[in-house]
This record gives sequence, structure tokens and C-alpha cells, in this order.
Amino acid sequence: MYPENFYYTKDHEWLKVEGEEAVIGITDFAQKQLGDIIYVDLPPVGKSLEAHQAVSSVESVKSVSDVYSPVSGEVVAVNTELSQAPDLINKDPHGQGWIVRLKMKDKSELNNLMKAGDYEKYLEGLEH
Amino acid sequence: MSYIPISEADKKEMLARIGLESINQLFSTIPENIKLKGYLNLPGPLAEPEILEYFEKRIGENRYGQFLSFLGGGAYDHFIPAVVDYLSSRGEFISPYTPYQPEVSQGTLQAIFEFQTLICQLTGLDVANASLYDGASGAAEAILMAYRIKGKKRLIIAANINPQYKEVISTYTRNLELELVEVPYDKSGRVDKISLDSALKVESSVVLCQSPNYFGVIEDLKTIGEAAHQSGALLAVVISEPVSLGLLEAPGKLGADIVTGEGQSFGIPLSFGGPYLGFMSCKKDFVRQMPGRIVGQTVDVEGRRGFVLTLSTREQHIRREKATSNICTNQGHCALRATIYLETLGRQGLKKLAWLNLQKAAYALEKLTSIPGVSRKFDGPVFNEFVLEFPKDWQEISSRLEEKGILGGLAMGQNFPQLKNCALVTITEKHSKDKIDRYADALKEALR
Repeated sequence: MYPENFYYTKDHEWLKVEGEEAVIGITDFAQKQLGDIIYVDLPPVGKSLEAHQAVSSVESVKSVSDVYSPVSGEVVAVNTELSQAPDLINKDPHGQGWIVRLKMKDKSELNNLMKAGDYEKYLEGLEH
Repeated sequence: MSYIPISEADKKEMLARIGLESINQLFSTIPENIKLKGYLNLPGPLAEPEILEYFEKRIGENRYGQFLSFLGGGAYDHFIPAVVDYLSSRGEFISPYTPYQPEVSQGTLQAIFEFQTLICQLTGLDVANASLYDGASGAAEAILMAYRIKGKKRLIIAANINPQYKEVISTYTRNLELELVEVPYDKSGRVDKISLDSALKVESSVVLCQSPNYFGVIEDLKTIGEAAHQSGALLAVVISEPVSLGLLEAPGKLGADIVTGEGQSFGIPLSFGGPYLGFMSCKKDFVRQMPGRIVGQTVDVEGRRGFVLTLSTREQHIRREKATSNICTNQGHCALRATIYLETLGRQGLKKLAWLNLQKAAYALEKLTSIPGVSRKFDGPVFNEFVLEFPKDWQEISSRLEEKGILGGLAMGQNFPQLKNCALVTITEKHSKDKIDRYADALKEALR
């Protein structure tokens, strides 16, 4: 279910490392909790972010949730397809539903994140 | 909804459940020294006929109705057709609130939807909300909204907007570390273009101006908008006399990004200053940053037309501290009155009403300025109010007019000390030629 090579946070974001850059989205668990996503608020390219800072907000029919950046860095790209098709997050949360791409400032911050196995265990904990 | 107070038995049972003996114990945390012991210093109870008699006597003390009034500057004495009172008092509409289970009240939602549609048509913008408290809070919300969109702490406001709006803006922004910059007016009474251009040299979120402004002068919104946009700021326009929109080009068509204002002119009585009605509209791109609620039109599972509250996710009850505004309600009853008023008049009726205001004001301006010593203060174009300058302090002239049963105009000196010899005179469709002539005669005498 959860890709082995991704990193995860307790707030249900995922992060995939591609060289010096990181692709960020929300997990399948998060999209299921939110329900049908109708709008994604994207940051401007070039915005600098600290780790845990809100990078985007995802709006479903019943709520709005902030998406926090798992690491610090600068926004180098956003998934503009989400403006026309925000439900890509529901359909393919770990792939076409990516939200932003960051140029990472400090790769050692990755050590603070969970691996897939840990995240799955964390989710099991939430279900009890 | 019926109101059934609790019985003594209920009270006893409830107290027993929480382990108390008397209701007073609930207030035990309030210090003794600030508790009121005994009764308020009020007269004893009266029987219903006595109450009626008392209030009739007090109503008789009101003198406003005995005056011929030329006051305006944010509150306007327009005629209200009886149909507005009749329809808005119907039981089905009487709740002043958007209900907490809104979709149950399709009639209320439809009325709000129609209100929003009317505001969009009048302001020339894409989306309107279900209403705000009044023009002043609307202006302040517009400023905060522009800041949410642009993120620049510097906010430019025209010095010639209603001083009460300015005060509310200042209250809203005081603790947010925002910088309010005022742009002065020129001799036409309009925003001074050179000062505006120089204020815009520093990155700002918004230029907020009023049209017609507090001096009754119609602003050149197109030019102000172009200057704002060129420097990356938004143009927000506040309207205090929306009857003007019956004739003037919609601000949205002249470049305004946000239009807000006071809707009191549309079928809402003066009532000592409130409750009034705020309205707001904006370009579609900014809808998620707009405060307040929005009613949307949709279809149900069988394809029938229906109305829903939409975009509630921006609101306080869902988004908590990150909501766009702490406004989570609307001025439902006043918005309903405005809707009935506007739909009674129709497009042509509103145009005609605006024309009447404009024509009568033009007559009054000519008549009053033909009196020796009375001159027009600003030479910019006006709608239904204008500032006159007199040879001496207006307060003095004003009291002499009052003795003759005339409230001749709003003193300008209180908020603009340099204009202490000036008054804002407001004319509506209620001012017949006879009334204007009576004012001119009295003014002539008062100046003697």
C-alpha cells in the first residue's frame, strides 16, 4: 500500500526524494479521512518553507486541512493539474496526486521522518 | 418555536443531579464584593396598558420626525414602500439568522441567493456573500481580505472615506501589525492622484476608496484602479450610498477587485443608526478569501433546483482559528428587506430613483449656492450629497436652522478640522422642490 522508498509524517504527508529535491503529497489514509477533495490551495513557486510549516491546504466537502512541509526548503514546482482535477489526490494520492516539489535545504531532516513500515504501524495504532 | 420555562420540580431535579441545593451556588466563584445584593434601581412592574401609555409618551419626545432633515453621510432617508414591511414581516421570514440547519429553510436561502445576485449585478463582480453587519465592518473586512490575498502589510486608504468606517478599520487592524497609510484628497474632493502614485511606490496590498466619497464626490475609480494594479495592489471600493449604483457604472466594471458597502438605503429605516446591512462582492478568483457565508444554487437527486450554504469550509465553525473571518453569520433580515425593496423597484425603478436623487441634488446645489456667502467646497462631480462652505462656523448656522425646524447638514469640522465652516448636505427623492426652497429661505435668514 505505502511505497517502501517514501518517507512519512504523523500528519499524514508523504515525501519522495529525487536527488536534491523532494516531492510531497498526502497519504492514502489522509485522502480517505478527508473524503472527496474539491480544492487545493497551492503555494507560489519560490516560497521558502521551514519544516512543519503549512505549504498548502486541501479542501474537501466537509473540511479544510493544512498540509505541512515535512522538511525545510524552497518550492520549485506545484502540481497545477490539481486546480482542474483536485480529485487526483483521491484517485492516486501517492502518484499523480502529488502537491509540491521542494528543493531541500538540509537532507538530514529526513532522519526525523518515518519509513513505510513505521507509518503502517503508526496507522494501526490510530485505528485502536 | 415555543418557549417553555422549567418548572420548580425540574429545577430541583437538575440541581440534585449536580449535587447543589440552590441556583445561587452556581455563582459561588464570583467574588462577594462585586455581587449585586438586592434589586436593580428600577421602577416597579407596570400593567400592559400602563406600559403602552408610558412608551407612547416617550415616543412623543422624539423630535426627528418634526424636522426637515438634510442629513446623510452614511445613513439615508429614502422612502420605504409598504410592501417591504409587509413581506419581510411574514412568519416564514421572521428569523433574522441563517438557520443552523440551513438547507431545511429553502425560502430563506432562496432570498439570500437573490440578494447575492442583486449585489453582483449592482457591483459588477462575480460573487457576493450573504451580507455583513454594515458598511463600516464591510470596509474593514475588505482590507483584511486584500491582505490575505496579497500578503503585504501596507494598506492604503483614502482620507475622504466615511470617518466611522476609518475608525472601524483602525480597530480591526490595530493589533495585527499592519500599516495603514492615508492618501489625502485634492481640491475637487477626490483622491489626490499624485499622493496616491507616491504612496504606491512601496508595495501595498490594497487601495481602499469610497465612491461617492464622504464629501459626496464621485471618484475616478478607473484611474485609481489602474494605478493600484500597476503596482500590484488590489482596488477595494466601499459604497455608502448604493442608490448611486442605479446610475453610475458598476465599480467591478471599472477595475474594482472587491466592492463592499452599506445597504441601508435599500428599504431599511434609519432607526438611530442600526441594524444596517453590509454587502460584499469580489472577483471569482478571490472567493475563498471572502468573509461570511455564501448561498449557492444546485440541483437535488431528482434534478430539481435547490439552495445550499456553500464554501462553509472557510468559516469559523469548521476552520476554527484559520477561518477567513470571525464573521460567521449574516444580516439576514436586513438583506431580505433590501431584496424585497430592489425587486419591487426593478432595474428601471432603481435607475429612476437614482435620477430623481441626482436631479433634486443638482437643483438644491444651484439654489443654495446662489445665496450670497454660500459656496461649493469641492468641484468634483456629485450624486445626492455635496459639501457647502459658509462664511462662519457651521455649528452656529446649524443651531439657527434648528430653531426653524431644519437639520441643514452634517457638520464636517468634527472629523476634518479644516472644514469647520463646511457642512455635508444630502438630498433624496423625499425632498420636494418646496422643501428645498424652504431650506434655502431659512438659510438666507440664518446667514443674515
